[in-house]
Amino acid sequence: MGVRLKKQPKIPSGTLWKVTLRLLLLLAIDGFVIWFAMSAFAEGYFQLGVVIALLGAGTNYVILAKDLYPIRWMLVGLVFMTMFAIWPILLTVFVAFTNYGDGHLLTKQQSIDLFLQERYLPEGGNAYTWTGYINENDEYALWLQNEDGESYLAYPGKPLIPAAEASGLGELDEDGIPASVGDYKRLNAIQVATNKEIVDVQFGTDLDGVRIRSAREAAQLEPKFEYDAEQDTLINHENGQIYTPVDGTWTSNKGDRLSFGFRAGVGFDNFTRFFKSSALRGPLFHIISWNFIFAFMSVFMTFSLGLIIAYIYNDRSLPGRKIIQSFLLIPYTIPSLITIIIWRGMFNNEYGVINRILESLFHIAPAWTVEPNLAKIAILIVNLWLGYPYFMLITSGALQAIPEDLYEAASIDGANGIQKFFRITLPMLLVSVGPLLVASFVYNFNNFNLIFLFIEGGPPIPNSPTRAGYTDILISYVYNFAFAAGRAKEYGLGAAITIIIFIIVAAITLFQFKYTRMWEEVGENA
Amino acid sequence: MLKNLTFKQRIWLGHAWRWLVAIILVGFAIFPVLWVVSASFNPSNSLATAKLIPDNVGLDNYRYLLNTPEFPFLTWLWNSIKIATITTVLSVSITVLAAYPFSRLRFKGRETMLKLILLIQVFPGLLAMIAMFTLVTQFGAIIPALGLDTHAGLIMVYLGGAMGVNIWLMKGFFDTIPRDIDESAMVDGATHWQIFTQLLLPLMRPILVVIGLLTFIGTYGDFILARILLKSTEQYPLMVGLFIFTSGEFSKKWGAFAAGALIGALPIMTIYLLLQDQIVGGLTQGAVKG
Repeated sequence: MGVRLKKQPKIPSGTLWKVTLRLLLLLAIDGFVIWFAMSAFAEGYFQLGVVIALLGAGTNYVILAKDLYPIRWMLVGLVFMTMFAIWPILLTVFVAFTNYGDGHLLTKQQSIDLFLQERYLPEGGNAYTWTGYINENDEYALWLQNEDGESYLAYPGKPLIPAAEASGLGELDEDGIPASVGDYKRLNAIQVATNKEIVDVQFGTDLDGVRIRSAREAAQLEPKFEYDAEQDTLINHENGQIYTPVDGTWTSNKGDRLSFGFRAGVGFDNFTRFFKSSALRGPLFHIISWNFIFAFMSVFMTFSLGLIIAYIYNDRSLPGRKIIQSFLLIPYTIPSLITIIIWRGMFNNEYGVINRILESLFHIAPAWTVEPNLAKIAILIVNLWLGYPYFMLITSGALQAIPEDLYEAASIDGANGIQKFFRITLPMLLVSVGPLLVASFVYNFNNFNLIFLFIEGGPPIPNSPTRAGYTDILISYVYNFAFAAGRAKEYGLGAAITIIIFIIVAAITLFQFKYTRMWEEVGENA
Repeated sequence: MLKNLTFKQRIWLGHAWRWLVAIILVGFAIFPVLWVVSASFNPSNSLATAKLIPDNVGLDNYRYLLNTPEFPFLTWLWNSIKIATITTVLSVSITVLAAYPFSRLRFKGRETMLKLILLIQVFPGLLAMIAMFTLVTQFGAIIPALGLDTHAGLIMVYLGGAMGVNIWLMKGFFDTIPRDIDESAMVDGATHWQIFTQLLLPLMRPILVVIGLLTFIGTYGDFILARILLKSTEQYPLMVGLFIFTSGEFSKKWGAFAAGALIGALPIMTIYLLLQDQIVGGLTQGAVKG
């Protein structure tokens, strides 16, 4: 028996074949990363390419650098975490400082390009007299003649064809207009007078487009906008206004705004809007206070009921204890998505089983989904049902870990049951279960599934300038800005609110680190 | 009054009131479940059942569920089990490997990393969904097998969350294994990898099972990510599929939903009730060890 050496195991510098194997593996990884990054750049996914390349470089560094040996163990996890957790978070943070959303989805160049494609019919522009043709598929063609007597044939989406180059022309009449073009037949006066479709068709391409303006006249479209790169302005030829970009919105000197702008950084605008805008402020106070009340009450109620159950049925001599506990665990064993929807059905004002029972027993039918306070109570009841088994499990474990001699000592000093509970059990429990209470608070603070699936944040707050409901919490309020159908998406503002939520829960989490055992444990054997 | 009771009578009284309370509590706990069972056997497909035993008890909903090609229920169930199993195996492997150095090695940034992992977990991910959707779309353009509407793409995103709270649970369990065990092996010249695979991993089995189960159950019950990343009905996992029955796109089929929910919940319920004690052990590990 030698002397026990307190040393760390050797970090494998390895035999020759091991090193070779590792290098070959690294080579394969690098090959893949390079191919992937190149493909990303080729597809135009610049950001993705950069992230992949950085991850690849990091991987090489971790595998080759000797003092990063501990990181090698978690390399795969870190790669996935960076790609699918950290990277989306960083993008969200980035978006919070932009105006990204409906009307601001494009890059500046894309938005300029789109405006440059817009055409309008100028007052004086190239004018033609027109004759219409239609084929069996209800497609149209036009025969155009200008003042100089030049003729053109025009199909939708194709450049104008000078008469000399046109083919398939039928017999020409005295004005030089063909009776038919290929399988297209000439429209007669009555058809022209009654046809409403042909007016909406654009003939020719974007560059030489022709539209019908009156029963006789058709005219060539001209570009509506011109971009002045030096001044960074868009000039509208139709009304003569000049638009300059203001925070991603093209705004004229008269204050007119174009229908869409582009993505642009707006600094802290989203945050100041969140706190200052009167449109948002209205429901905001209500939402934030309910958010805290909801999270606190959820934790308090689920923990209390869980603890009471664990305390009552901790007694091993109770016959049938195991069966009772199994039954009480059932809410925890069904995916919550299913049970939330079921509770939603049960709380339905008209058909729901709860009101059916209340009606037959007490002749009352509370309007659970209409009355704000009732809706809140219903949510808390559902969350109590969903959450108490978790704390029942936790506290029954924790109760058993409290040393028996503490109770014996208290008994000798003459403490009764209630005193023992509040002086010994509860304080001991709070020490050990404390971090989980905080975690539960944080979880409920963002319990989107419950609020959204159960009641969609309703009932709506009347006259609220933004869509908000009495049971909305911050995260379900964010949903309205980012995903709700039928209204303009404001990802920038949604992301800003997300960050505010994060600051709140991160502060709570860090506070917990400081004051509970979890933190000590990380430090203790460092 | 109470003082006149014999010891036996007092014990009996103590049991009696506990049983009474238990009946009320159990009533609260299983009330929705009873209602689902009832709705699943009720052919009228409606919410409006005040009676626990419906008038025309029948298996219509179950037949509908298994025989309607537009709603491939068994495919959904299989998808869910497949996705959850693969995610669980990969996720637990990633976690246990990452937890080892946090428990056994000392390196710069160890505490910071542990805290950072927890902070990432509390970030509200709702808006990050937009980024994830874009990310998976772009992956799909380069490697179609990892794109939208593929299970591989979904699993890949799930693995982004593997380094999470579970690292803390796992590290906590590693910490409970005395370091003397490693040290004696070190004297014999064992490497970290040998210590990990041959000494510690076998001892970790209970917690691996528990974390595996919790991961499986969590993935099985996920809705939002799957809903966003999968498009075609045959690719849906069970939770997304069941949601179809309750959404307005089709007329609401509560009976079919109830039947599907029962079948879908059954595997998880069985796992929980059978392995109750182990799961309790795992859940309480972080909080009440030592």
